[in-house]
Amino acid sequence: MEMTRRDLLSQCSKLLVLTATAARALEQAGNAPAPGDTYHMADHWWGMIIDIDKCIGCGNCVRACSQENQVPAGYFRTWVERYQVTEDRDHPLVESPDGAINGFPPTTRPGVKSFFVPKLCNHCADSPCTQVCPVGATFISPDGVVLIDPEYCLGCRYCIQACPYGCRYYHPEKDIADKCTLCYHRITKGLTTACCEACPTGARQLVDLKNPKDPVHAFLRDHKVQVLKPQMATGAKIFYNDLDGSVR
Amino acid sequence: MNRFLRDSGHLARPALVLVAGLAVFLVVRGAVIPKNFGKYGHYRPAALDLIRQHPAAFAGQDQCLACHDEQAKTRASGKHAHVACEACHGPQAPHAADFVNVKPALPDVAALCARCHENDAAKPKNFPQVVTAEHSGGVVCNTCHQPHNPHL
Repeated sequence: MEMTRRDLLSQCSKLLVLTATAARALEQAGNAPAPGDTYHMADHWWGMIIDIDKCIGCGNCVRACSQENQVPAGYFRTWVERYQVTEDRDHPLVESPDGAINGFPPTTRPGVKSFFVPKLCNHCADSPCTQVCPVGATFISPDGVVLIDPEYCLGCRYCIQACPYGCRYYHPEKDIADKCTLCYHRITKGLTTACCEACPTGARQLVDLKNPKDPVHAFLRDHKVQVLKPQMATGAKIFYNDLDGSVR
Repeated sequence: MNRFLRDSGHLARPALVLVAGLAVFLVVRGAVIPKNFGKYGHYRPAALDLIRQHPAAFAGQDQCLACHDEQAKTRASGKHAHVACEACHGPQAPHAADFVNVKPALPDVAALCARCHENDAAKPKNFPQVVTAEHSGGVVCNTCHQPHNPHL
Protein backbone atom coordinates (compact mmCIF):
# COMPACT_ATOMS: atom_id res chain seq x y z
CA MET A 1 0.00 0.00 0.00
CA GLU A 2 1.31 3.38 -0.93
CA MET A 3 1.07 5.91 1.96
CA THR A 4 1.03 9.60 1.27
CA ARG A 5 2.36 12.15 3.67
CA ARG A 6 -1.21 13.27 4.36
CA ASP A 7 -2.21 9.72 5.34
CA LEU A 8 0.79 9.34 7.61
CA LEU A 9 0.11 12.59 9.46
CA SER A 10 -3.55 11.79 9.84
CA GLN A 11 -2.81 8.30 11.24
CA CYS A 12 -0.20 9.71 13.63
CA SER A 13 -2.51 12.36 15.01
CA LYS A 14 -5.26 9.77 15.56
CA LEU A 15 -2.81 7.59 17.48
CA LEU A 16 -1.70 10.56 19.55
CA VAL A 17 -5.24 11.48 20.54
CA LEU A 18 -6.05 7.86 21.42
CA THR A 19 -2.98 7.33 23.61
CA ALA A 20 -3.44 10.67 25.36
CA THR A 21 -7.05 9.83 26.21
CA ALA A 22 -6.11 6.36 27.41
CA ALA A 23 -3.27 7.72 29.55
CA ARG A 24 -5.56 10.32 31.11
CA ALA A 25 -8.23 7.72 31.88
CA LEU A 26 -5.63 5.40 33.41
CA GLU A 27 -4.25 8.19 35.57
CA GLN A 28 -7.68 9.15 36.89
CA ALA A 29 -8.68 5.54 37.54
CA GLY A 30 -5.47 4.91 39.47
CA ASN A 31 -5.68 7.99 41.66
CA ALA A 32 -9.32 8.32 42.54
CA PRO A 33 -9.48 9.86 46.05
CA ALA A 34 -10.89 7.71 48.82
CA PRO A 35 -14.65 8.18 49.20
CA GLY A 36 -15.54 10.78 51.80
CA ASP A 37 -12.12 12.41 51.70
CA THR A 38 -12.72 16.11 51.25
CA TYR A 39 -9.14 17.19 51.85
CA HIS A 40 -7.50 18.89 48.86
CA MET A 41 -3.76 19.33 49.20
CA ALA A 42 -3.65 22.19 46.71
CA ASP A 43 -5.90 24.34 48.93
CA HIS A 44 -3.51 24.44 51.91
CA TRP A 45 -0.09 25.74 52.82
CA TRP A 46 0.66 24.89 56.42
CA GLY A 47 2.83 26.72 58.89
CA MET A 48 2.85 27.76 62.53
CA ILE A 49 3.00 30.89 64.64
CA ILE A 50 4.90 30.73 67.93
CA ASP A 51 4.33 33.61 70.31
CA ILE A 52 7.35 33.85 72.63
CA ASP A 53 5.37 36.29 74.81
CA LYS A 54 2.89 33.57 75.66
CA CYS A 55 5.15 30.54 76.19
CA ILE A 56 5.37 29.48 79.85
CA GLY A 57 7.71 26.52 79.32
CA CYS A 58 5.29 23.95 80.73
CA GLY A 59 6.38 21.30 78.23
CA ASN A 60 2.80 20.32 77.37
CA CYS A 61 3.67 20.43 73.66
CA VAL A 62 6.62 18.07 74.11
CA ARG A 63 4.55 15.55 76.06
CA ALA A 64 1.62 15.79 73.65
CA CYS A 65 3.91 15.25 70.66
CA SER A 66 5.49 12.20 72.30
CA GLN A 67 2.11 10.69 73.09
CA GLU A 68 0.57 11.46 69.72
CA ASN A 69 3.48 10.22 67.62
CA GLN A 70 5.07 7.58 69.89
CA VAL A 71 8.38 9.43 69.81
CA PRO A 72 11.05 7.18 71.39
CA ALA A 73 12.22 8.23 74.86
CA GLY A 74 15.12 10.65 74.75
CA TYR A 75 14.28 11.87 71.23
CA PHE A 76 12.15 14.88 70.38
CA ARG A 77 10.18 16.14 67.41
CA THR A 78 9.54 19.34 69.32
CA TRP A 79 11.29 20.68 72.39
CA VAL A 80 11.44 23.88 74.43
CA GLU A 81 14.61 25.83 75.20
CA ARG A 82 15.05 28.32 78.02
CA TYR A 83 17.34 31.21 77.16
CA GLN A 84 19.08 33.31 79.80
CA VAL A 85 20.81 36.23 78.15
CA THR A 86 23.36 38.33 79.97
CA GLU A 87 25.04 41.43 78.53
CA ASP A 88 27.27 39.07 76.58
CA ARG A 89 24.58 38.51 73.95
CA ASP A 90 26.70 36.09 71.93
CA HIS A 91 26.83 33.53 74.72
CA PRO A 92 23.38 33.01 76.20
CA LEU A 93 22.78 30.14 78.61
CA VAL A 94 20.46 27.70 76.84
CA GLU A 95 18.87 24.81 78.70
CA SER A 96 16.41 22.14 77.66
CA PRO A 97 16.38 19.40 80.30
CA ASP A 98 14.96 16.27 78.59
CA GLY A 99 13.56 18.54 75.87
CA ALA A 100 11.45 20.14 78.65
CA ILE A 101 9.12 17.13 78.59
CA ASN A 102 8.50 17.78 82.29
CA GLY A 103 8.87 21.55 82.17
CA PHE A 104 11.79 23.41 83.75
CA PRO A 105 13.20 23.76 87.26
CA PRO A 106 12.99 27.42 88.42
CA THR A 107 15.63 29.72 86.91
CA THR A 108 18.98 29.76 88.61
CA ARG A 109 19.89 33.28 87.52
CA PRO A 110 17.15 35.74 88.43
CA GLY A 111 17.50 39.31 87.16
CA VAL A 112 18.74 38.12 83.76
CA LYS A 113 16.70 38.41 80.57
CA SER A 114 15.12 35.01 80.14
CA PHE A 115 12.42 33.47 77.97
CA PHE A 116 11.31 30.18 76.43
CA VAL A 117 11.72 29.19 72.78
CA PRO A 118 9.70 26.19 71.56
CA LYS A 119 11.29 24.53 68.55
CA LEU A 120 10.17 22.05 65.92
CA CYS A 121 10.67 21.35 62.24
CA ASN A 122 10.37 24.64 60.34
CA HIS A 123 8.69 22.96 57.36
CA CYS A 124 10.88 25.01 55.05
CA ALA A 125 9.62 25.79 51.57
CA ASP A 126 13.21 25.42 50.30
CA SER A 127 14.35 22.79 52.75
CA PRO A 128 17.98 21.68 52.77
CA CYS A 129 17.04 18.24 54.14
CA THR A 130 14.91 17.24 51.15
CA GLN A 131 17.58 18.40 48.72
CA VAL A 132 20.20 15.96 50.04
CA CYS A 133 18.05 12.81 50.17
CA PRO A 134 19.56 10.39 47.64
CA VAL A 135 16.42 8.28 47.16
CA GLY A 136 13.50 10.70 47.35
CA ALA A 137 12.37 9.45 50.77
CA THR A 138 11.94 12.93 52.22
CA PHE A 139 9.94 15.53 50.42
CA ILE A 140 7.77 18.63 50.66
CA SER A 141 4.12 17.69 50.26
CA PRO A 142 1.91 19.81 47.96
CA ASP A 143 0.46 21.45 51.10
CA GLY A 144 3.87 22.52 52.39
CA VAL A 145 4.74 19.88 54.99
CA VAL A 146 8.19 18.27 55.02
CA LEU A 147 7.65 14.53 55.43
CA ILE A 148 9.59 11.26 55.45
CA ASP A 149 8.41 8.17 53.59
CA PRO A 150 9.03 5.53 56.31
CA GLU A 151 9.03 2.68 53.80
CA TYR A 152 11.49 4.31 51.44
CA CYS A 153 14.07 5.84 53.80
CA LEU A 154 17.41 4.03 53.79
CA GLY A 155 18.60 5.55 57.06
CA CYS A 156 21.71 7.16 55.52
CA ARG A 157 21.40 10.17 57.85
CA TYR A 158 22.32 12.80 55.19
CA CYS A 159 19.16 14.77 55.99
CA ILE A 160 19.92 14.74 59.72
CA GLN A 161 23.19 16.50 59.01
CA ALA A 162 21.65 18.85 56.46
CA CYS A 163 18.94 20.29 58.73
CA PRO A 164 20.29 23.61 60.04
CA TYR A 165 17.81 23.51 62.93
CA GLY A 166 18.68 20.05 64.29
CA CYS A 167 15.08 18.91 63.92
CA ARG A 168 15.73 15.38 62.67
CA TYR A 169 16.90 12.32 64.55
CA TYR A 170 17.74 8.72 63.76
CA HIS A 171 14.92 6.49 64.99
CA PRO A 172 16.63 3.83 67.13
CA GLU A 173 14.05 1.09 66.44
CA LYS A 174 12.89 1.78 62.91
CA ASP A 175 16.42 2.59 61.64
CA ILE A 176 15.21 5.52 59.58
CA ALA A 177 15.35 9.30 59.89
CA ASP A 178 12.39 10.71 61.80
CA LYS A 179 10.97 14.16 62.42
CA CYS A 180 7.90 16.32 63.04
CA THR A 181 5.11 15.64 60.50
CA LEU A 182 3.18 18.72 61.64
CA CYS A 183 0.70 16.00 62.70
CA TYR A 184 -0.13 15.45 59.03
CA HIS A 185 -2.58 12.71 60.05
CA ARG A 186 -4.49 15.30 62.12
CA ILE A 187 -4.36 18.47 60.04
CA THR A 188 -5.63 16.63 56.96
CA LYS A 189 -8.71 15.64 59.00
CA GLY A 190 -9.52 19.14 60.21
CA LEU A 191 -7.85 18.79 63.62
CA THR A 192 -5.00 20.94 64.88
CA THR A 193 -1.59 19.47 65.76
CA ALA A 194 -1.17 17.67 69.09
CA CYS A 195 1.23 20.37 70.36
CA CYS A 196 -1.20 23.19 69.50
CA GLU A 197 -4.10 21.23 71.03
CA ALA A 198 -2.20 20.80 74.30
CA CYS A 199 -0.70 24.32 74.52
CA PRO A 200 -2.54 25.98 77.43
CA THR A 201 -1.69 29.59 76.53
CA GLY A 202 -2.11 29.56 72.75
CA ALA A 203 1.59 30.24 72.27
CA ARG A 204 1.54 27.81 69.34
CA GLN A 205 -0.98 28.23 66.54
CA LEU A 206 -1.23 26.02 63.48
CA VAL A 207 -1.86 28.28 60.47
CA ASP A 208 -2.94 27.73 56.90
CA LEU A 209 -1.32 30.43 54.80
CA LYS A 210 -3.53 29.65 51.80
CA ASN A 211 -6.78 30.05 53.73
CA PRO A 212 -7.87 33.70 53.37
CA LYS A 213 -10.00 33.41 56.53
CA ASP A 214 -7.12 32.21 58.73
CA PRO A 215 -6.30 34.75 61.49
CA VAL A 216 -2.64 34.32 60.54
CA HIS A 217 -2.92 37.08 57.94
CA ALA A 218 -4.03 39.64 60.52
CA PHE A 219 -1.38 38.37 62.94
CA LEU A 220 1.43 38.69 60.41
CA ARG A 221 0.21 42.20 59.55
CA ASP A 222 0.02 43.39 63.15
CA HIS A 223 3.14 41.78 64.61
CA LYS A 224 6.84 41.88 63.96
CA VAL A 225 7.66 38.25 63.32
CA GLN A 226 10.89 36.48 62.51
CA VAL A 227 11.92 32.99 61.40
CA LEU A 228 14.94 31.11 62.76
CA LYS A 229 18.21 31.50 60.83
CA PRO A 230 16.78 33.72 58.05
CA GLN A 231 20.29 33.99 56.58
CA MET A 232 20.03 30.32 55.54
CA ALA A 233 17.19 31.22 53.11
CA THR A 234 15.34 28.00 53.90
CA GLY A 235 11.88 29.52 53.51
CA ALA A 236 10.99 28.47 57.08
CA LYS A 237 7.26 28.59 57.83
CA ILE A 238 7.42 28.64 61.65
CA PHE A 239 7.00 32.33 62.47
CA TYR A 240 8.19 33.55 65.86
CA ASN A 241 6.67 36.63 67.43
CA ASP A 242 8.95 38.77 69.61
CA LEU A 243 12.00 36.58 69.03
CA ASP A 244 15.19 37.83 70.67
CA GLY A 245 18.26 38.28 68.47
CA SER A 246 20.29 35.95 70.68
CA VAL A 247 18.21 32.91 69.64
CA ARG A 248 19.95 30.57 67.23
CA MET B 1 25.32 -4.50 -0.89
CA ASN B 2 25.45 -8.24 -0.26
CA ARG B 3 29.06 -8.00 0.62
CA PHE B 4 28.37 -5.22 3.06
CA LEU B 5 25.75 -7.34 4.85
CA ARG B 6 28.08 -10.32 5.01
CA ASP B 7 30.94 -8.25 6.36
CA SER B 8 28.86 -6.58 9.07
CA GLY B 9 27.47 -9.91 10.32
CA HIS B 10 29.77 -9.82 13.34
CA LEU B 11 27.89 -6.74 14.60
CA ALA B 12 24.72 -8.73 15.07
CA ARG B 13 25.81 -10.43 18.28
CA PRO B 14 26.84 -7.28 20.20
CA ALA B 15 23.63 -5.67 18.97
CA LEU B 16 21.67 -8.59 20.39
CA VAL B 17 23.51 -8.30 23.73
CA LEU B 18 22.78 -4.57 23.78
CA VAL B 19 19.08 -5.06 23.10
CA ALA B 20 18.83 -7.83 25.71
CA GLY B 21 20.66 -5.66 28.25
CA LEU B 22 18.33 -2.77 27.54
CA ALA B 23 15.30 -5.02 27.97
CA VAL B 24 16.58 -6.31 31.33
CA PHE B 25 17.27 -2.74 32.43
CA LEU B 26 13.75 -1.61 31.50
CA VAL B 27 12.11 -4.58 33.22
CA VAL B 28 14.12 -4.13 36.42
CA ARG B 29 13.52 -0.38 36.37
CA GLY B 30 9.79 -0.91 35.99
CA ALA B 31 9.75 -3.38 38.87
CA VAL B 32 11.88 -1.31 41.25
CA ILE B 33 10.39 2.17 40.84
CA PRO B 34 7.19 2.47 42.88
CA LYS B 35 3.88 3.19 41.22
CA ASN B 36 3.24 6.84 40.41
CA PHE B 37 6.72 7.86 41.60
CA GLY B 38 7.20 11.49 40.67
CA LYS B 39 3.52 12.37 40.43
CA TYR B 40 3.88 15.36 42.80
CA GLY B 41 7.67 15.49 43.00
CA HIS B 42 10.65 13.23 43.50
CA TYR B 43 8.88 10.90 45.95
CA ARG B 44 6.26 8.16 46.32
CA PRO B 45 2.74 9.67 46.51
CA ALA B 46 1.57 6.60 48.50
CA ALA B 47 3.71 7.89 51.40
CA LEU B 48 1.17 10.69 51.96
CA ASP B 49 -1.64 8.19 52.55
CA LEU B 50 0.62 6.04 54.70
CA ILE B 51 1.43 9.00 56.99
CA ARG B 52 -2.23 10.02 57.12
CA GLN B 53 -3.20 6.59 58.44
CA HIS B 54 -1.46 7.22 61.78
CA PRO B 55 -4.12 7.13 64.52
CA ALA B 56 -4.75 10.32 66.52
CA ALA B 57 -4.25 10.15 70.30
CA PHE B 58 -5.78 13.57 71.05
CA ALA B 59 -9.49 13.67 70.26
CA GLY B 60 -9.75 17.47 70.04
CA GLN B 61 -11.96 20.04 71.78
CA ASP B 62 -15.10 19.46 69.73
CA GLN B 63 -15.31 15.81 70.68
CA CYS B 64 -14.88 16.57 74.42
CA LEU B 65 -17.55 19.29 74.38
CA ALA B 66 -20.03 17.00 72.64
CA CYS B 67 -20.63 15.30 76.02
CA HIS B 68 -18.99 17.37 78.77
CA ASP B 69 -21.03 20.55 78.37
CA GLU B 70 -21.29 21.19 82.12
CA GLN B 71 -17.52 21.35 82.62
CA ALA B 72 -17.29 23.42 79.45
CA LYS B 73 -19.74 25.96 80.89
CA THR B 74 -17.78 26.22 84.15
CA ARG B 75 -14.54 26.61 82.26
CA ALA B 76 -15.89 29.22 79.85
CA SER B 77 -16.61 31.64 82.70
CA GLY B 78 -13.10 31.47 84.18
CA LYS B 79 -9.46 32.09 83.43
CA HIS B 80 -8.99 28.63 81.93
CA ALA B 81 -11.57 29.35 79.20
CA HIS B 82 -9.02 28.93 76.43
CA VAL B 83 -7.18 25.92 77.86
CA ALA B 84 -8.19 22.79 75.93
CA CYS B 85 -9.48 19.81 77.95
CA GLU B 86 -6.64 17.57 76.81
CA ALA B 87 -4.00 20.11 77.86
CA CYS B 88 -4.55 18.87 81.43
CA HIS B 89 -6.41 15.57 80.97
CA GLY B 90 -4.00 14.20 78.37
CA PRO B 91 -4.78 12.36 75.13
CA GLN B 92 -8.38 11.08 75.25
CA ALA B 93 -9.09 9.68 71.79
CA PRO B 94 -9.50 6.13 73.20
CA HIS B 95 -12.03 7.49 75.72
CA ALA B 96 -13.88 9.44 73.02
CA ALA B 97 -14.07 6.34 70.85
CA ASP B 98 -15.33 4.07 73.68
CA PHE B 99 -16.50 6.17 76.64
CA VAL B 100 -18.26 3.20 78.28
CA ASN B 101 -15.19 1.07 78.84
CA VAL B 102 -12.27 3.55 78.74
CA LYS B 103 -12.36 5.77 81.82
CA PRO B 104 -9.59 8.39 81.99
CA ALA B 105 -7.61 8.76 85.22
CA LEU B 106 -7.79 12.13 86.99
CA PRO B 107 -4.63 14.23 86.56
CA ASP B 108 -2.09 14.50 89.38
CA VAL B 109 -3.08 17.99 90.50
CA ALA B 110 0.05 18.85 92.51
CA ALA B 111 2.41 18.25 89.58
CA LEU B 112 -0.02 19.52 86.94
CA CYS B 113 -0.71 22.99 88.36
CA ALA B 114 2.91 23.65 89.29
CA ARG B 115 4.16 22.85 85.81
CA CYS B 116 2.37 25.94 84.51
CA HIS B 117 2.10 28.17 87.56
CA GLU B 118 5.38 27.64 89.45
CA ASN B 119 7.25 30.93 89.53
CA ASP B 120 10.02 31.29 86.94
CA ALA B 121 11.74 34.47 85.76
CA ALA B 122 11.51 33.23 82.16
CA LYS B 123 7.70 33.16 82.19
CA PRO B 124 5.78 36.16 80.82
CA LYS B 125 5.35 38.79 83.54
CA ASN B 126 1.54 38.90 83.22
CA PHE B 127 1.16 35.15 83.65
CA PRO B 128 -0.14 34.18 87.15
CA GLN B 129 2.71 32.48 89.03
CA VAL B 130 3.28 31.35 92.61
CA VAL B 131 6.10 29.84 94.62
CA THR B 132 4.11 26.76 95.59
CA ALA B 133 6.07 26.07 98.79
CA GLU B 134 5.20 29.56 100.13
CA HIS B 135 1.78 29.85 98.53
CA SER B 136 0.04 26.82 100.01
CA GLY B 137 2.56 25.19 102.32
CA GLY B 138 2.04 21.77 100.78
CA VAL B 139 -1.77 21.88 100.58
CA VAL B 140 -2.94 20.52 97.20
CA CYS B 141 -4.16 23.22 94.80
CA ASN B 142 -7.71 21.92 94.34
CA THR B 143 -8.39 22.15 98.07
CA CYS B 144 -9.13 25.84 97.42
CA HIS B 145 -9.15 26.28 93.61
CA GLN B 146 -11.57 24.60 91.23
CA PRO B 147 -9.36 23.59 88.26
CA HIS B 148 -12.12 24.30 85.71
CA ASN B 149 -12.60 27.81 87.09
CA PRO B 150 -9.70 28.51 89.45
CA HIS B 151 -10.86 31.92 90.76
CA LEU B 152 -11.56 31.77 94.51
